[in-house]
Amino acid sequence: MNHPVVERHPILDPEKAAPFPAAAFQILRNTQLRKNVAHATDVIQEKRDRLVAEKADWQELRSAGSALRMHLLENLGHYLEQFEERCTATGGVVHWAKDAAEARAIILEILRQEHATEVIKIKTMTSAEIQLNPAIEAAGMKAFETDLAEIILQLGEDEPSHIVVPALHVNRTQVREIFARRMNRPELTDDPKELTGAARTFLREKFLRVPTAISGANFLVAETGSVVIVESEGNGRMCLTLPRTMITLAGIEKVVPRFQDLEIMLQVLARSATGERMNPYSSLWTGVTPGDGPQRFHVVLLDNGRSDILARGRERQTLKCIRCGACQNTCPVYRQTGGHAYGSVYGGPIGAILTPQLMHLEHAQTLPYASSLCGACYDVCPVKINIPEVLIDLRAKVTDKEREEERRFFDPMYLGMIIANFFFASAARFRFAQKMGRLGLRLFTRKDGWIHYLPSIGARWTMTRDLRGLPDQTFREWWAGRNAGRGKEGR
Amino acid sequence: MRASLFITCYNDTLYPETGQAVVTLLERLGVEVEFRPAQTCCGQMHANTGFRSEAYSQAKRFVRMYQDAETVVIPSSSCVAMIRDQYPGLFEELGNEELRREFASFLPRVYELSEFLVDKLGVEDVGAYFPHRVTYHASCHGLRALHLGERPFKLLANVRGLELVPLENLDRCCGFGGTFSVKNAEVSSAMLSAKLIDVLTTRAEYCTALDNSCLMHIGGALHRQFAAMRTLHMAQILASTEATPMEATL
Repeated sequence: MNHPVVERHPILDPEKAAPFPAAAFQILRNTQLRKNVAHATDVIQEKRDRLVAEKADWQELRSAGSALRMHLLENLGHYLEQFEERCTATGGVVHWAKDAAEARAIILEILRQEHATEVIKIKTMTSAEIQLNPAIEAAGMKAFETDLAEIILQLGEDEPSHIVVPALHVNRTQVREIFARRMNRPELTDDPKELTGAARTFLREKFLRVPTAISGANFLVAETGSVVIVESEGNGRMCLTLPRTMITLAGIEKVVPRFQDLEIMLQVLARSATGERMNPYSSLWTGVTPGDGPQRFHVVLLDNGRSDILARGRERQTLKCIRCGACQNTCPVYRQTGGHAYGSVYGGPIGAILTPQLMHLEHAQTLPYASSLCGACYDVCPVKINIPEVLIDLRAKVTDKEREEERRFFDPMYLGMIIANFFFASAARFRFAQKMGRLGLRLFTRKDGWIHYLPSIGARWTMTRDLRGLPDQTFREWWAGRNAGRGKEGR
Repeated sequence: MRASLFITCYNDTLYPETGQAVVTLLERLGVEVEFRPAQTCCGQMHANTGFRSEAYSQAKRFVRMYQDAETVVIPSSSCVAMIRDQYPGLFEELGNEELRREFASFLPRVYELSEFLVDKLGVEDVGAYFPHRVTYHASCHGLRALHLGERPFKLLANVRGLELVPLENLDRCCGFGGTFSVKNAEVSSAMLSAKLIDVLTTRAEYCTALDNSCLMHIGGALHRQFAAMRTLHMAQILASTEATPMEATL
């Protein structure tokens, strides 16, 4: 029998990832992946649109969510200190990590103190951001993902491709193959009940055995020192209640000021993320309660470039993100490529603005260009992040760096832009360029008046599209001729 | 009423027939059209590719050129979106407060073509005749930046003889995106192939829009495939009458 095999993808590390166009080029050849991505995004988006439509005050909710997140960012220092104070007072230990290396070191140190050999994990994209799993393995320990999608990926030696639905690019048949092979269950069929049953058996054993857990956080509540995680499966709830020791890793922007703010955030998150009125499991925990749940509780607050983003101008709004993934589902680029092309755990439009900034614009510089600026992401964003605006701001920063580099003189796009600007500066120059363009393109124009091939950067257009040849007369020439006769030429 | 036509750099060079149609249409509706020959580009291509200071100098030129105009009409939604959404930021960021004020005072007089017809002139039936099967592509900027909404549909509904076929996934980008179409040519083409499925399913004779940039993209692929359908800017449909029918130029 022929088993479909999930391809092994490189670790999503923006420092090592291929440029977006090259990565996308590879992925566009993967028919199965594209079919899975198109189907899954269609389903989620349809649900999301339906549930948003039933909410008459959706735009007000969005505005409230946006204002709340902006207020948080403008007063982040204050609320973080408040969170630390409350979390500590209720029995938690708060650690501050300025970058990925520091966060990894803090977590490994806690694991060593716990004499941990294994650790279970739930809902933590941030751990992928800091490449935690390879570090845990290198330290001789084992990390087990417990979110159903993450198990599929971990067993399939694959990587997440979506913020909310990490295994969105994998279909049921592929899941069956992975489970059958890695759980040694050749009798499994691709019936969803059987597959989830297999995952349950596999996981229960881990939940009962492993006393140390790492989680992410959807929100941190400054007022109470609480941590919030929302999920659909209940595996998170297991992870949060059974272990002896709990380590929560969270970006510093995850704070909300008051407990009551969750009212808005949970509403916009569930509807935007999975198209549900309320997600099935919302777990909140505060510090340590003797005799109930984890007895040692650590929170690692991760900066890793975030305070840099906070110090920027319009780009600051990037940190409003609550990781709902709605921008991915609606993005016409993401819908073609899926998440891996973005070379980071954060794919899609939000990844295109977040990843380069987390990398201090030293890596992932092709991501701001991985968008047609169609604006669909901004329309669906529940906290009104103007992603196209930030993309353009980041493009300007990439270009400003390029202006300092020698190789710009060999980049046809760069040269074209500089030359075009020279021609746009006066009408006389522009008319000259139009005439030259007409002459030059005549070489490539076929008898039917169309261009089927252009050299250099033009070939990137003509590889799939024709271009109508330039007409013999520009509009301004037509206008001048028409009005010469009438003696009423415009100014 | 006097309207100054900002034709846009690519319509001027590549699609003069669109500009001619705008002139025909507006004059038929009693508008006095002027054309300021010093015009070149609004700066969109530079702004969206990250060449901010270049975009700024073109934006400055645009404002200086048109600030005394009664109204400015632009047959391209993406250029209008550039002016409305990006100029304020450019002027603010590059510190020209005086220019920002001048711009703010004249911005309400800048119209996209369908806005000018429906909002300013109050006309939904422009007296056009175009006996063909047509589908309308709502460009991203027309849809999400300018919120053109029902305007284009009202204008097309009143064209005699025109059979409007709805386009599936109307809100989805065709994949053009300016320099995106060459920087990410493969993904752009993949998006275009998805768009073509919807466009061709309509079995229309013409695919129309208020943006020749999307039409250059869609039309370029239709031509490559020797498809029967052609693309045509909406101005050319609206300019067409029984007396002087406008045919698409191949």
